[in-house]
Amino acid sequence: MTGNTAAGAAISFEGVGKAFAGPGGTRVHALEDVTLAVEPGAICGIIGRSGAGKSTLLRMVNGLERPTSGTVTVAGRDVGRAGGAGLRTIRRGVGMIFQHFNLLSSRTVAGNIALPLEIAGTPAPDIRARVADLIARVGLDGLAGRYPAELSGGQKQRVGIARALATQPRVLLSDEATSALDPETTQTVLRLLADINRDLGLTVLLITHEMAVVRDIASHMAVIEGGRIVESGPTYDIFARPTHPTTRSFLGGVTGLTLPGFIAGRMEEARPDGPSDEVIRVTFAGTHATDPMLSKLATELGIASNILAGAIEEVGPHPFGNLLISVDAQRGAEARAYLERHGLLTKVLGYVR
Amino acid sequence: MSANLIWLLWEATLQTLYMVAASTVIGTAFGLPLGVFLATSQRGELLSAPWANKVLGLVVNATRSVPFIILVVAIIPLTRALVGTSIGTDAAIVPLTLAAIPFIARLVENAIREVDAGLIEAARAMGATPFQIIRKVLIREARPGIALGLTLAVVSLIGYSAMVGAVGGEGLGDLGIRYGYQRFMPEVMLAVVVVLIVLVQLVQSLGEWIAARFDKRAPRNRGR
Repeated sequence: MTGNTAAGAAISFEGVGKAFAGPGGTRVHALEDVTLAVEPGAICGIIGRSGAGKSTLLRMVNGLERPTSGTVTVAGRDVGRAGGAGLRTIRRGVGMIFQHFNLLSSRTVAGNIALPLEIAGTPAPDIRARVADLIARVGLDGLAGRYPAELSGGQKQRVGIARALATQPRVLLSDEATSALDPETTQTVLRLLADINRDLGLTVLLITHEMAVVRDIASHMAVIEGGRIVESGPTYDIFARPTHPTTRSFLGGVTGLTLPGFIAGRMEEARPDGPSDEVIRVTFAGTHATDPMLSKLATELGIASNILAGAIEEVGPHPFGNLLISVDAQRGAEARAYLERHGLLTKVLGYVR
Repeated sequence: MSANLIWLLWEATLQTLYMVAASTVIGTAFGLPLGVFLATSQRGELLSAPWANKVLGLVVNATRSVPFIILVVAIIPLTRALVGTSIGTDAAIVPLTLAAIPFIARLVENAIREVDAGLIEAARAMGATPFQIIRKVLIREARPGIALGLTLAVVSLIGYSAMVGAVGGEGLGDLGIRYGYQRFMPEVMLAVVVVLIVLVQLVQSLGEWIAARFDKRAPRNRGR
């Protein structure tokens, strides 16, 4: 998923645009020239601020929204041009979960999970067996007869996930599925989604405004801004080398990229005359993430570094670290060259007197 | 009160119940689909038919604008065509039903519009047909609201049924006018009013009980 569409993609957008009639005869473009391919079995996270167009993009995959230009295909079938029974068949192969769960209050857990099967005309005995399987699969044993109002948020989303899986879709769409949940519940729901992705080989397309969600489960990601994809690729690569300012600002929220205020306030862009410290962002990627590079820097070159902020975490299965350090500006270039030589990424952020 | 009067009261009560029951059943048979259509046929909605929606909306409003006593007299030719006579309890069911249909339609429309749009979206995403969405999602989720709406309709019909004496319809209202008012028998008037109060109370309680049975939205708050 590098922005080019591929023939074998589970979901592909080719030059997709969506325009609405705006006030005073103007055209409002919710999406412009979006090209993106999601490989089978991938978990692709689309991140963007509200109003960036991510929701419109997601809804095109099951035809809840139609593109005004371009083509959206799911498993090779053109969704934008399908209608009636053809579209309904495509939809049965695409499950969807929602931020506010969208469960029927008048149906029990089992009744909600059974709904897509009833709609598809599955015989009643098959529905019973399938619902029982799904309840066990999402960890809701013993709650089959409860109504949604009697469940916690996390349990409701599990019902939503079971319901989305009922017709054995090949694609799962997640519309901010964890945004209404507390952090702990978010983790358990994300883990369930990752398990399902692994066990069933399901392709997952999710939209979110939380970088942590992308970091925790997405194998690939795309950043959307003003209706355009500004950056896309494997999550790890984007975390290691973000190029677009929007991506960087999202990353600032989940990695240790934010400078402490007392330093940020004193920082200058150009190196001042006289003694100063150079502030460097060091990104530890892959196997180097666990190497004690800063102590090697001190012992091998005799350059002392000051750690200002930092974090080491996991992006997908890989360790990933970001450190903000300062070193004597006179030896900054030397330190950076040493770190780069050992496979780390560095970037000068500024200077502090 | 003599045994004769009690008998009259009993008969009048049965006649009222008959008229109200018949007009509620027929009124619902027409009003429920009409209400569902009104709630789902605006531009961009499930059955999107904006023109039909506007026309039917106008007809509903027009019918509801006519005072009931005028409706009773105005549709006498229709009543005669349908029932064969324009006088009597059976004949009275026609104007009662005609008043009930648009009323029930609006109540059903309101109840269905209360259903969260997210549920429609979820059902569409499952590949449901518009008819499946209406049957399995909208009507089902709106059941508490529809039950309360029908309760309101029945209570109104009990009130309307008191006016059909004007075309020879019998029942409690007619008894109250003829005996209580025209024959100066205040005890009959009082008895009629008491029976009506009891009837309305029973209908209201039953309707609320049914609505609560359907309502699974917040079980712990029930019986506040």
